[in-house]
Amino acid sequence: MSRDKKIRILIAKPGLDGHDRGAKVVARALSNAGMEVIYSGLHQTADQIVNTAMDEDVDAIGVSVLSGAHNTVFARIMFLLQEKEMSEVVVVGGGSIPKKDWPGLYSKGVARIFPPGTDTNQIVDYIQNVVNK
Amino acid sequence: MLQKNPEQPSFMFQEPTDGSAPVQNLSGFEIKPEYGPEDLAGFDVEADLGRPGGYPYVRGAHRTMYRGRPWTIRQLGSLGPPQEANKRIRQLVDMGATGISLCLDMPTIMGRDSDDPLCEGEVGSCGGVAIDSIQDMRELLAEIPLDEISVNFVSNSQSSIILAMFCAVAEERGVSRDKLTGTMQNDILKEYEAQKSYYFPPRPSLRLTMDTIAFCAENLPRFNPISISGYHIASAGATPIQELAFTLANGFTYVEEGIKVGLDVDIFAPRLSFFFKVHNDFFENVAKFRAARRIWARMMREKYGAKDPRSWRFRVHTQTSGSSLTAQQPENNIIRTTIQALSAVLAGTQSLHTNSFNEALSIPTPRSEKLALRTQQIIAFESGAAGTADPLAGSYYVESLTNRMEAECLKYLKTIEDLGGVIQAIENGFFQREISEAAFRYQQSVEKKERIIVGVNAFTDEDEDEDTDIELRENDSEFEQQKVAALKEFKRNRDQVLVESHMDRITQICQGQANIMPSLISAVKAGVTLGEAIAAMRRVFGQYQEEAIF
Repeated sequence: MSRDKKIRILIAKPGLDGHDRGAKVVARALSNAGMEVIYSGLHQTADQIVNTAMDEDVDAIGVSVLSGAHNTVFARIMFLLQEKEMSEVVVVGGGSIPKKDWPGLYSKGVARIFPPGTDTNQIVDYIQNVVNK
Repeated sequence: MLQKNPEQPSFMFQEPTDGSAPVQNLSGFEIKPEYGPEDLAGFDVEADLGRPGGYPYVRGAHRTMYRGRPWTIRQLGSLGPPQEANKRIRQLVDMGATGISLCLDMPTIMGRDSDDPLCEGEVGSCGGVAIDSIQDMRELLAEIPLDEISVNFVSNSQSSIILAMFCAVAEERGVSRDKLTGTMQNDILKEYEAQKSYYFPPRPSLRLTMDTIAFCAENLPRFNPISISGYHIASAGATPIQELAFTLANGFTYVEEGIKVGLDVDIFAPRLSFFFKVHNDFFENVAKFRAARRIWARMMREKYGAKDPRSWRFRVHTQTSGSSLTAQQPENNIIRTTIQALSAVLAGTQSLHTNSFNEALSIPTPRSEKLALRTQQIIAFESGAAGTADPLAGSYYVESLTNRMEAECLKYLKTIEDLGGVIQAIENGFFQREISEAAFRYQQSVEKKERIIVGVNAFTDEDEDEDTDIELRENDSEFEQQKVAALKEFKRNRDQVLVESHMDRITQICQGQANIMPSLISAVKAGVTLGEAIAAMRRVFGQYQEEAIF
């Protein structure tokens, strides 16, 4: 699908952890690249994140987790997206997520994990490509 | 024939190489190729520098510095289950640590009990210990001499309750309050500015902090009721100068609040302590600490009228920079941490935590934690850095940079004052904007290779899978179930009517002006949990939501 309208992306901070530096830097970079960025704010449940994604009609969700709770969090988000028939929404992740957990997350439908140190341009390119595909 | 790799930077600085290309430190100050006497024109050695342990304390908080009082080698001793954390503390002390920091898990940080549905998957997370009730505090502190080993609770919004549990357990063990040593981080202002672990709006939160400061001034004279923290401000993205200015602004706010609630400044100011981060720029770190000591001493004496020299003294705990640790080529972090730790020692820190090299990838492992501890011991025992106070004093560059840090910091303090003070500036989003702006600028400078990070944007490895060789720590999923079961059992064995009456009492105190500490101590003794005590306060104070700024 080719499209002219702006890509809409939700940057979400699930759970209790308040480390929001990475989420905000990425939000800013995506917004500078011309996307419509919705930032969830802190301490969101998976249900709140998916509801916001639905209300805001986003193309993608970027989830930032630094607490170690990523397996629980992503599983719940992916489950809810499927339940609400929103499987076309692209879900990417960032934060401190060890590589050995990536295959498990990918098998649940997470599209891509961006580890610490990722160039923000790489994230911008990826989102643009995958959403405009 | 072997050729230079054109992809890699060949030199530290941009062209031209005649010295005229601009070089900036992390605060954004232009650094000259050379410093000399002309940079210290008008500098009065006697008045502006003094001697170590003497006003204005630029050269250190104590006269003989590490010869008389070694810095505290303070490592993190937490890990999900309180019994495990207790074991870890004893191991660290056995390996030569002289102080302990205890991190809390995310549910405890967010004021929730382990059985709260919002905490699923996070009990014991972030390498923190889960504290629900006085029973957890008993297990955590078992056999640790509370009057000898100084325990630093990395506790903020929940500090009044953690302090209440600490006092209650000490009482059970027959240790009198005047002998208790340790620190409570308890710096609520930086939570709104940077770390974001708050429950209530800023003003009631500040009242709780002031209640603990007043309670400790009267009852726990050897205990530091607050550690005013720049570390988290810097980790959220602030530059060193912003870290310095915002931390001191917060410090002076606590002083002003104390005076406002009727405390004599010399009763509580001597126990105020600080917490800084050491970043990658070595000399900038040193200048930041020296400037902090001079500003604090002068303001405390001249503006706030403190007469006790102990009120003038800026005492600081330091941690190496977690956000400087890279996931790429993680062993490089050992070197980064060593350089940062050395700068903290040369800057005159009172206490130091060195990070573990695998922290960008996971919670530290026993081997990486041990290496971090040994790093400090090598600096302390082998490097010769600890033998004389403030060895960099008198350097044209260091003195000039110290002066510049001070001048820029005073400008920031004026800006914050003009905004109506710290609380007002928080409510206006001033700090949040400044910090997220700096974080973005830093990321841009790395991506444009204006700032080289070895292994990240230069000198990278082709084989990116290297980090799979690094040992990582697993989250213990069984622990969560056990903890929830233990808490349910604890709750079944209490007098529920008594618990509710204590919760009502807490609510009532929050509606008035009285110090909250006595009611919290009675409540935790009766079995009121941390989450319940917070819930009782929330009935009056409400929940704070910040405007999201990025």
